[in-house]
Amino acid sequence: MNDKPEKFIDENGLRLDGRQIDEIRPMTIKIGVLSRADGSCYMEWGNNKILVAVYGPRELHPRRLQKSDSALIRYRYNMAAFSVEDRIRPGPSRRSTEISKVSREAFEPVVMTNLYPSAVIDVFAEVLQADAGTRTAAINAASIALADAGIPMKSLVAACAVGKVDGKLVLDLNKPEDNYGQADLPIAMTQDGEITLLQMDGNLTQEEFKQALEMCKKGCLQILEMQKEALKGKFGEDAAIEVPEDIDEEIDIEVMVECDIGESEDEDLEEADVSGESGEDEDSEDTEAEEEDHEVIEEEFVDLVEEETADEEEITEGSEIREQ
Amino acid sequence: MKRRLLREVRSVSNEVMSVLKRDYIYNLMLKGKRTDGRSFDQVRDSEVKTNVIDKAEGSAWVKLGETEVLVGVKLQAGSPFPDSKGEGVIITSLELNPIASPDFEAGPPRENAIEMARVTDRGVRESGAIDLSKLCITEGEEVWIVFIDIHVLNNAGNIQDASSMGAIAALLTTTIPAERAGKGEDTPLPVKDMPLSVTVINIGGSLMVDPGLDEETVCDTKITVISNQDGSISGMQKSGDGALTDEQLLKAVEMACEKAAQLREVHLSNIRD
Repeated sequence: MNDKPEKFIDENGLRLDGRQIDEIRPMTIKIGVLSRADGSCYMEWGNNKILVAVYGPRELHPRRLQKSDSALIRYRYNMAAFSVEDRIRPGPSRRSTEISKVSREAFEPVVMTNLYPSAVIDVFAEVLQADAGTRTAAINAASIALADAGIPMKSLVAACAVGKVDGKLVLDLNKPEDNYGQADLPIAMTQDGEITLLQMDGNLTQEEFKQALEMCKKGCLQILEMQKEALKGKFGEDAAIEVPEDIDEEIDIEVMVECDIGESEDEDLEEADVSGESGEDEDSEDTEAEEEDHEVIEEEFVDLVEEETADEEEITEGSEIREQ
Repeated sequence: MKRRLLREVRSVSNEVMSVLKRDYIYNLMLKGKRTDGRSFDQVRDSEVKTNVIDKAEGSAWVKLGETEVLVGVKLQAGSPFPDSKGEGVIITSLELNPIASPDFEAGPPRENAIEMARVTDRGVRESGAIDLSKLCITEGEEVWIVFIDIHVLNNAGNIQDASSMGAIAALLTTTIPAERAGKGEDTPLPVKDMPLSVTVINIGGSLMVDPGLDEETVCDTKITVISNQDGSISGMQKSGDGALTDEQLLKAVEMACEKAAQLREVHLSNIRD
């Protein structure tokens, strides 16, 4: 059972899976994979397979949970029983409850819930296959699914983890690094570098923590770039619809409010399967921060939001589920 | 029907209160003050009593401001996890009992309680405070299982830090009940470190340590940092609906480590003497 590798980093500075210490695992993103959901995203990140659906904004029952001045966000992180080596008992566990809570809080600062009083925005993240870094992968996918659902957000959220193995900080832990590493620090942030999720366990000095934060930031920026690319890939044509450049934000918001409140969302009582929980998560990412794209990201993102609200048809977009 | 109406009325009035409180606390903050007159980096007065429950293998009662928490540690022989056959097991649970606050309801732990239990657990576990390898009775068959049960008695804010302090204080007083179980002689639980959590909140861009109940209710973001004797960090958790900048985060970590060192000196360093 104890298959701890002797060394995590070889003499060439490469990790067990051949990555550099500051390199993230390959990520593939598919958008709009579920026809019933208002927004969805399937993500593979390393060996993680994550499916996220967003339903809403829709009416919230029971009504006593409704918030008169904003929408409620519900986030359900759930692992399939077969997603890990040893089957886990389906259903919420203490671990998945905690992850659901902190993940929801990772989105609270960005989702413009004030536009949908009394409504609920449901995010269901299903981990189909887990291989270290599921919570960050789920957040990355959820961010895209929310955009796919046309829900106004101030920023996308990107997440990855930094860990420590052999006394060295590494980005985006793989399974052995996660299992036997000395520290694990998952972080989610917005395009402005505001931290919306942070957890840590293991052992880090304050100095190491500072470096880890820096490293994570670069990873998140890279992921943000991929998220944007993926969204542009799907909504690129729509993006061609001209949006006057001088539109001011206030006006945008009003437009959104009208559109979105006007249409009542279909409510599918979808009850995702229950599953248990599992091992670990972390994620990470790689280096090269391209500083210049901060602004670009912002603009593009605003564009996306506008586009989405502009043509409502997207809301029930979706294509075949299984391409994997 | 009547009951439901009452409930609605009550919840509305709470919301109004919290808006008023939010303004009040925010305005005080702008003047550099807090509701109870503390400075931003001042922890409430605290008190720790150990060995308060004879039946438990270790126990501690912690009072942090008006927040009161009782932690009991029990040990039982049981089977190890298949992936760590030679190591003891730690199980931490925390209950937000209805006795502690009008807002708490009976029933299984919900996400807040689970989160706090897990963060406390993380501190104890990841710091290596308990030498789990010494809790093995027969490898692969029998090990000591350490149950850390946290009973919240009064919630006046920052249950997290009170729990963390109570947990490690109780562990420091714990004896392994080997005689009772017919496994040799009683020995003190091998405790190697003293992890302590300190929670910092962000209100309108200002960081304050050890939030009182109103501050905790009103704040956007809480960050809990668990640090060890050598100043290293063994756990962290951001909680709440807000976000933090790098600078705020680094400042919070520094603040928390410093406060933890002080609290450790005052309350924990003499427990084992």
